[in-house]
Amino acid sequence: MESKLRAILPDAELLKMYEQMVLAREFEESCAEQYTKGHITGFLHLYSGQEAVAVGATAALHRDDYILSAYREHAQAIVRGAEPRRVMAELFGKATGLCKGKGGSMHLFSPELSFMGGYAIVGGQFPIAVGLAFAATYRKEDRIAACFFGDGAVNQGTFHESLNWARLWELPVLFVCENNFYGIGTSVARASALSDIHRRTCGYDIPSVRVDGMDVVAVHEAVKRGAEWVREQSRPYLIEAMTYRFRGHSMADPGKYRSLAEVELWKARDPIPNFAKRLVEEGIATEAQLSGIRQQALVTVADAVAFAEESPWPEDDEVYRDIYV
Amino acid sequence: MPEMTYRDALNLALKEEMRRDPSVVIWGEDVALYEGSFKVTRGLLAEFGEERVKDTPISENTIVGVAAGAAMGGLRPVAELMTVNFALLAMDQIINHVTKIRYMFGGQVTLPLVIRAPGGGGSQLAAQHSQSLETYFMHAPGMYVAVPATAADAKGLLKSAIRDDNPVMFLEHELLYNSKGEVPDDPEFVIPLGRADVKRAGKDVTIVAYSRMTILALQAAEELEKEGISCEVVDLRTLTPLDEETFVESAKRTGRAVVVEECWRSAGLGGHLAAIIAEECFDRLLAPVRRVSGLDVPMPYSRKLERLCIPQVEGIAAAVRETLSGKY
Repeated sequence: MESKLRAILPDAELLKMYEQMVLAREFEESCAEQYTKGHITGFLHLYSGQEAVAVGATAALHRDDYILSAYREHAQAIVRGAEPRRVMAELFGKATGLCKGKGGSMHLFSPELSFMGGYAIVGGQFPIAVGLAFAATYRKEDRIAACFFGDGAVNQGTFHESLNWARLWELPVLFVCENNFYGIGTSVARASALSDIHRRTCGYDIPSVRVDGMDVVAVHEAVKRGAEWVREQSRPYLIEAMTYRFRGHSMADPGKYRSLAEVELWKARDPIPNFAKRLVEEGIATEAQLSGIRQQALVTVADAVAFAEESPWPEDDEVYRDIYV
Repeated sequence: MPEMTYRDALNLALKEEMRRDPSVVIWGEDVALYEGSFKVTRGLLAEFGEERVKDTPISENTIVGVAAGAAMGGLRPVAELMTVNFALLAMDQIINHVTKIRYMFGGQVTLPLVIRAPGGGGSQLAAQHSQSLETYFMHAPGMYVAVPATAADAKGLLKSAIRDDNPVMFLEHELLYNSKGEVPDDPEFVIPLGRADVKRAGKDVTIVAYSRMTILALQAAEELEKEGISCEVVDLRTLTPLDEETFVESAKRTGRAVVVEECWRSAGLGGHLAAIIAEECFDRLLAPVRRVSGLDVPMPYSRKLERLCIPQVEGIAAAVRETLSGKY
């Protein structure tokens, strides 16, 4: 059988995306375990189910493009290149964490990776993404800002203010909505007058597209096209990726607002085994190869947990550092 | 030294810093074509062009958030909020983002941005346009707060604020824009943030004030001198960093202190200053610290009523006399 995937991307890139999705999933599942053990505390929002969005999108962006996200961002950071060790240490609140243990699960950040942060006030990242895009344009840097957000964020004023602003100032911002159908327990239909989120950009003269967020290749193609357009036109664009989180909003959410049937329906669309099946069917990888990838991910995650456990706590005088320069 | 208005001193500070550093950019509502509601940005569009001097939509939260992002991206934005009252629409970006980003991201990023905002009462603009919100900004760690009283301080502090790598809330007083003073024209003249200024030396009572309240305190000191009372007036100039050393040292020396705040008395700046003086100078105080504050009411429009709500020279003088009366 002729490979459809191979016509889109080289084998190595396809396998890389598979590897990243598996690593993201195993990382999150390990986080759940560490939360249950009391090693991770505070809020913990897991990404399981949504991997195709972060992985497909990040692979389609340039290395220097800014990425901003909300508070369900472990995978975003790791896929961009953050060391799983340092992310896990951050979740443990250790000194070796990505942000020295001061941010935690919701505030990962790495300027070397142009990963400009996880923000935990819904919609807070929109204007910051616009500002980064302005700075890049002003400084004549060849980079765009990719701003990820959930479906709940589109009813914040900052969404509308930032869409208007980005279009008005003609700034290269790629807005990527991860529509997982629920803002905590409130469904999109119960929160948005217009449920088709991508259509909400028409008031700002911003083109948009909806994509299957459970298909990593579809996301990759949509983001590649969108990002190219943003770069060439120096104008904003919006992608709505339809996805689903397999767990509750956070570890504190038993998810009673979703029927078991609905969850099962989406689990059948799990982006990882479905992509694995295509890779094998199209002769891009063998079952054994994929199994090896998963084993490697488990090793990486176990190493990250061990690193976090062994890492020192921050010194007390760290509490006053980094407030001011 | 040339004499100029507080407004022109601010304008000159902006021009000098924009000439000095191409990463300084300015935006806000009506700051470019209209040259600012209070004309502080007059001539900037003409000199620096549309790329650096930009009008924005009426979206205060985003005005601040875009400035925060641009600062993270390597620029030094000066964002103008038309009045400080509108900063309340931007409190999410100011408090939840600007003051937190450096800390929660482990010190990996700096936010060199200035948010300019005119405010204060006394122009009969009624409840929604007459507020003194300085304590709102000094309450949250992570941002400096500047409150200049004179034209020279306005220039020197704004230049420092623009050059500083921390976010600065720069609060200008609307009733001071036309006030005149001598201002150094040296482009390297700056006033460090966090250093109070003894605007008048004295030995009987310390008056601690800021922004327009400093001007009223100086007038009160002038009146009291005729009665043989010698007042020392300490102008804070910035509320964060707060130069405790200067006013504590002064209060220890005089043994009496009056703090003057334009903001509301409840949970106000005066209570904070009085507490510091009480803690640091207890055994040197000869009288309780007195507060002269804005009245705890939404600002009324009527000229007759509005005057009651804002500290006046006679109220400050009365508080000083009270600390000397021996009757507490």
